[in-house]
Amino acid sequence: MDLTVLWFWIVAFLFVGYFVLDGFDFGVGMSLPFLGRDDVDRRVLINTIGPIWDLNETWVIVAGAALFAAFPEWYATLFSGFYLALLLILLALIARGVSFEYRHQRPESQWKQWFDRMIIVGSAVPALLWGVAFANIVQGVPLDADHNFTGSLIDLLNPYALLGGLTTLLLFFTHGVVFVSLKTEGDLRERARRLAARAGVITIVVAAAFLVWTGLAYGSLWFWILAAVAAVALIAGWLANARGAEGVAFTLLAVTVAAAVFALFASLFPDVMPASNDPANSLTIANASSSTYTLTVMSWVALVFLPLVLAYQGWTYWVFRKRVTRASIEAAVH
Amino acid sequence: MNELLDPLLLARWQFGLTTIYHFLFVPLTIGLASTAAVFQTAWYRTGKAEYLRITRFFGGIFLINFAMGVVTGIVQEFQFGMNWSEYSRYVGDVFGAPLALEGLLAFFFEATFIGLWIFGWDKLPRGLHLATIWCTAIGSIVSAYFIIAANAFMQNPVGFQINEEKGRAELVDIGALLTNPVAVAAFPHTIAASFMVAAGLVISAAAWHLARNQHLDTMRPALKFGLWVMVGSGLLTTLFGDQLSLAMVATQPMKMAAAEATYDTVCGADASFSIFTLGTPDGSTELFSIRVPYLLSFLSTHTFDGCVEGINDLQAQYQELFGPGDYTPIIWVTYWSFRWMIGLGLAHVLVAVVGLWLTRRGRLPKQRWVWKIAIWSFPLSLAAMIVGWVFTEMGRQPWIVFSQMFTESAVSPNVTGLEVLISLIAFTLIYGALAVVEVRLVIRAIKKGPPEVGEPDPETGRHEPAATVY
Repeated sequence: MDLTVLWFWIVAFLFVGYFVLDGFDFGVGMSLPFLGRDDVDRRVLINTIGPIWDLNETWVIVAGAALFAAFPEWYATLFSGFYLALLLILLALIARGVSFEYRHQRPESQWKQWFDRMIIVGSAVPALLWGVAFANIVQGVPLDADHNFTGSLIDLLNPYALLGGLTTLLLFFTHGVVFVSLKTEGDLRERARRLAARAGVITIVVAAAFLVWTGLAYGSLWFWILAAVAAVALIAGWLANARGAEGVAFTLLAVTVAAAVFALFASLFPDVMPASNDPANSLTIANASSSTYTLTVMSWVALVFLPLVLAYQGWTYWVFRKRVTRASIEAAVH
Repeated sequence: MNELLDPLLLARWQFGLTTIYHFLFVPLTIGLASTAAVFQTAWYRTGKAEYLRITRFFGGIFLINFAMGVVTGIVQEFQFGMNWSEYSRYVGDVFGAPLALEGLLAFFFEATFIGLWIFGWDKLPRGLHLATIWCTAIGSIVSAYFIIAANAFMQNPVGFQINEEKGRAELVDIGALLTNPVAVAAFPHTIAASFMVAAGLVISAAAWHLARNQHLDTMRPALKFGLWVMVGSGLLTTLFGDQLSLAMVATQPMKMAAAEATYDTVCGADASFSIFTLGTPDGSTELFSIRVPYLLSFLSTHTFDGCVEGINDLQAQYQELFGPGDYTPIIWVTYWSFRWMIGLGLAHVLVAVVGLWLTRRGRLPKQRWVWKIAIWSFPLSLAAMIVGWVFTEMGRQPWIVFSQMFTESAVSPNVTGLEVLISLIAFTLIYGALAVVEVRLVIRAIKKGPPEVGEPDPETGRHEPAATVY
């Protein structure tokens, strides 16, 4: 097998892992103003992702590093080209990450409010901008002969990309709210289920529009197959949520996110950064990749360690499988 | 205005600022994870409540720091591509591999087990829970190895070939990359120094309470631990620092010359180490200095009659090799950062030795100035670490990868000065605000003292630690 093809799909897998996992904890963060009626509610919400947000977020670090190692040209073009968008994502992730740890350090409600706001904004901004970024990659951006991005931030905020951003924002939000109903009890659980039902309708409409637009403009056969899987899973997930089958709904929405992200990668292949101005300037898996030696070394490492990573992360989710209750929060020392 | 919007200058300032800031949290994370692991092990073995309280006390401070280390670390990972795209294109084939290894082997491990440790007190069996903090500590140390191996490539590039057709460096020997002599010396030097920083924090926190004659049951053993670790890791830091300077002389002689501000090649007794120098601002004329003869020769070659090449000779050599240009780092930065690193580091070993003597057989000194000195252990040991890295990185200039690529050729060509200025201001503001919050939280946690852990379970005679929630 051609190692550049393998690594294209490993990079895709790592971004899928990131969006499936950090996606729903962005959703939990964004749900604070909708579901958190009092401080105990908000603490319940934050504690549903307390033990796992850090490992979820680490997926983007590993995805970025894998991109750097396997496709240095792709990494360089993407990260320098989307400079200000990535800056906003970084600032959001910084604000959000510290807030989880700092919010509970002091009892004053004003202190907590500050960190609540940082969690909400810090979750919404990356949920939106990652969608914008990936839609732009699929659509293609202006690149010069040295593969340097020649556009500006305004170019990135085009209607198609904004629709992509809205899709990830809504999808992550719904996925997160379903996760809340899966991980909480009583009133909060019921409110989350109802909110997911309402948000799910808008998500289905927006996601369908985005997938159809992508398919018509940039789609391949594999794109359509994967997009169909995503669409079916999304609708089935919505139905499962309506029936109160939370675990099934959560899993189906995870399938939706995974299939949709794989679909975007499928529509890219074998390009990695298509140039919108001149196809000759496009970055492909051939001209963006590392040497065969580097890819061989990395393949062995990934082969050994990725299954191990999945095993111990799966175990972590199993350890924290119980629902978070109001009683457990109220009983705990601060 | 043009000066202000020079993308290269701004990108360098941003890299320096964000990296130093990130590194304020890294050594403490490495050192305190192990500290918590040691005390939790002591509690596991003895069941004594004091050890559990010490674990949770320093564990709490560790977590306040850890959050900052995580979020500022993502910036590092992105920044090579954002600001240094030409660098990423040229050496990504080599430099990306250790970063990917770091993520896959260490970051995942660390990030997963830290969650299990924080929230697993009441969910995991005691022994398994103890293992999670050890896993976190090991993860943090393993990650340090890979990032130091990556950095060592910038200091002493090995294991690669230039592919002329593609115009880039390509990895040809991963083993050579990971056993770079600079990495092999810099890794234990950095880890030992990280333990000094953590020991500094333990000493500072314990001294604050002991000076007030409170929490003696927990802070006495903590102080003793901190002092011993400071002495032990201080000696190791010195030992490996010596190995590192040998590697440095062999691979980057200009850095050693710049550390000493030695302009002409000197041998034997003339190869003296200046402890303190006053000179004209440009550094070319010396007005006054205190010098130890032979010491520079010994540090550089481990012999008393060795020669140390001077800046002028090296500059001439490099011009012949690499073409016209200025190959000297900023001398006053390298000269003084090298001295402050060594001076502050050794001062801490001395303070810790004196501290062990003053607290021998359970004594507690009454003099307030003793405690005041002890409280400065943490900030000053951290400062020693930071100036050490400033020396390493500034001493590499004007190269980004020694002998292969200049820093000025590495910057992203399509990122404008204005964009970098915006990000530099944004990072400065958010980092500044978070620094204020963070320092206050740490001081608050220290002053609050070790948390109570309640009564032991009457049946088992052991404490059942309460669940942690955010």
